Amino acid sequence: MTTLIPLIVCLPLLGAAVALMLGRRRRLQVLVSVLSLTAATVMSAVLLVLVDRSGPAVVQVGGWEAPWGIVLVVDRLSAIMLLISALMLLGVLLFAVGQGIIDGDTETPVSIFHPTYLVLAAGLFNAFVAGDLFSMYVGFEMLLSASYVLLTLGGTGARIRVGITYIVVSLVSSMLFLSAIALIYGATGTVTLALIAERMPNLPADIQLILGLLLLIAFGVKAAVFPMSFWLPDSYPTAPAPVTAVFAGLLTKVGVYAILRTQTLFFPDNQFSLPLMIVAALTLLVGILGALAQADIKRLLSFTLVSHIGYMLFGIAIGTPLAIAATIFYVVHHIVVQTTLFLTTGLIDRVGGTTSLSRLGGLLRSSPLVAILFFLGALNLGGIPPFSGFLGKIALFQAGTIVGDPIIYLLIGVGALTSLLTLYALARAWNMAFWRPKQQVTDYTSSMSASLVEDPHDEGIVVKKTISPLMIGATTSMLVLTLALTVFAGPIFDFTTRAAANIRSPSTYIDAVFPNGTGSIAESNVGTNFEGGAK
Amino acid sequence: MSASLTLVIVMAVMYAAGVYVMLERSLTRVLIGFLLVGNATNLLIFIMSGRPGSAPIVTGSSVEDMVDPIPQVLMLTAIVINFGISALLLALIYRSWWLAQLGDEGDTLTDEHATESGDDADATFRSSSDDDDAVAESIDEFERGDGATSDEDTVSTKTHTAGGAAASGSNPGDAR
Repeated sequence: MTTLIPLIVCLPLLGAAVALMLGRRRRLQVLVSVLSLTAATVMSAVLLVLVDRSGPAVVQVGGWEAPWGIVLVVDRLSAIMLLISALMLLGVLLFAVGQGIIDGDTETPVSIFHPTYLVLAAGLFNAFVAGDLFSMYVGFEMLLSASYVLLTLGGTGARIRVGITYIVVSLVSSMLFLSAIALIYGATGTVTLALIAERMPNLPADIQLILGLLLLIAFGVKAAVFPMSFWLPDSYPTAPAPVTAVFAGLLTKVGVYAILRTQTLFFPDNQFSLPLMIVAALTLLVGILGALAQADIKRLLSFTLVSHIGYMLFGIAIGTPLAIAATIFYVVHHIVVQTTLFLTTGLIDRVGGTTSLSRLGGLLRSSPLVAILFFLGALNLGGIPPFSGFLGKIALFQAGTIVGDPIIYLLIGVGALTSLLTLYALARAWNMAFWRPKQQVTDYTSSMSASLVEDPHDEGIVVKKTISPLMIGATTSMLVLTLALTVFAGPIFDFTTRAAANIRSPSTYIDAVFPNGTGSIAESNVGTNFEGGAK
Repeated sequence: MSASLTLVIVMAVMYAAGVYVMLERSLTRVLIGFLLVGNATNLLIFIMSGRPGSAPIVTGSSVEDMVDPIPQVLMLTAIVINFGISALLLALIYRSWWLAQLGDEGDTLTDEHATESGDDADATFRSSSDDDDAVAESIDEFERGDGATSDEDTVSTKTHTAGGAAASGSNPGDAR
């Protein structure tokens, strides 16, 4: 069954090629992309069950053994990331198809959108299954190149402007990642994750520090960690609604995944705990304070996205098995709820004609279904019991109190404050867009909206469009998924606990990649730099 | 680990120059900066392969003399990726220049091919290939040494332009 692992990357790529060839035949193209993502979802579900039952699955690509060839590894963490991202990609794809049917594909032109979207999926899956740093880099580049195209779809002035910023920032972080790979190769003589994990603790502490920080900065830009987060709220909201949803849900989480993977595997002693905590606190605070000032729902959600990355970093910084389990649970919850909220915002944009709070009103009466979607999603993101957002945060705080450092208590305070402020920002959005009557939109003054700042590129145009049942259906099923995360939180948390146990003992990962041990590799390694680096 | 000092210095200079140029406002310079930084990173990977040696081909030299092949593989992949992204970036820079030239009209300019069907596109391609054929034909004729034809062509063009000038010259007269 390990053949599923390469297949889950290759199938979307093949689908992209076929979809590109079918450029003119829209229905066939839609069919191809829906089918390949459905297949990827099924495969990742099967993988999840298999991996949970019988331990990490490993594929030596081309039959080359681990330190020389490329290995693909799926452990419990990779498996759950694969499943949840495949589900999200499928849901957003259906939303985009529904939008395309109504709009005649002006926002998401079929001929470009579908192949690029599938390449993005393949890149994501590749990053999750990569067993060595370099194929992780290749996965990152695949998904980033696809995201460059998706962000600049249509080539309008606003999208080109933010697209170039986004691309340059991403390129810089890619170059940092590549330099980190080069330096790690120089120091350890390998790029295979499992072998680096074994050799890294033998390196001098200062070299470990440099390598660790370089990786953290490279992934921190991708995950939008403060102070490397300023590019995100400017670039994401300009893209078409489905694209923003998938970016917000998944792209930053790949960065979080990479931080989680490398920190736990390479630095099992958790040396970077303190800097990570400081950065986590700042990310939480600065992000949510930004969200409070936004009048545009898309920008508001982008800022909460940045802010909530802080919770995940907090979990990684604590580093106990319970904290890691809570982090994985929180990542899964956050992927689903952010995607749902951004899709709902896409719906608001269509029924209300704008996403600016100062021009929206009376939506509860005019479209109650969208109101329910937004309301439940907002409560979930804000961390109201009994939703999964609450459960994830409680698990994190509980893991923190068990360790019980003063700085951790401080962080728990910041986390709780952020949660409340998130609720405040979203409740205000609810009040203004849904609750207040339509006739109050003009000449509306309130102390709550005094600090709101409009989107700098907003031109104040209100264009209403119809929504199709498929778009509603896709968003609703995402919302049902977030509710399922709440209802089945017990089994899911058990699973993430098992995943965290795997991660906290890196030997499980190493033994899976090297069943015969790593003893014989160091001597026969052609690169002579390992000895030099280690001394 | 031994490395060439020259390479290290070249890499450092490229990094410094690249980062400096990347901070400029002009997008073309940002692209140049990215290329410099990208190639400096490639050099860094290359430096990490350690001492120089013979080609890493299994039948040829002993393992001790071989150079480490893995960094070269990594470099090749990185070069290809950088190449692709530079192409995309160039296209975006061109588009951004285009929008800057047109101002706000850039977004609202309609696609002049929007209403065309597939048959129209095919017809365009067919006519352009007909043009190509005609050009190739006339070049062939010229190469065959048929100088008279080409002279005749030039003459006819001249008369045509003269006629055009006369026509445009008469216009002001009409107005008066």
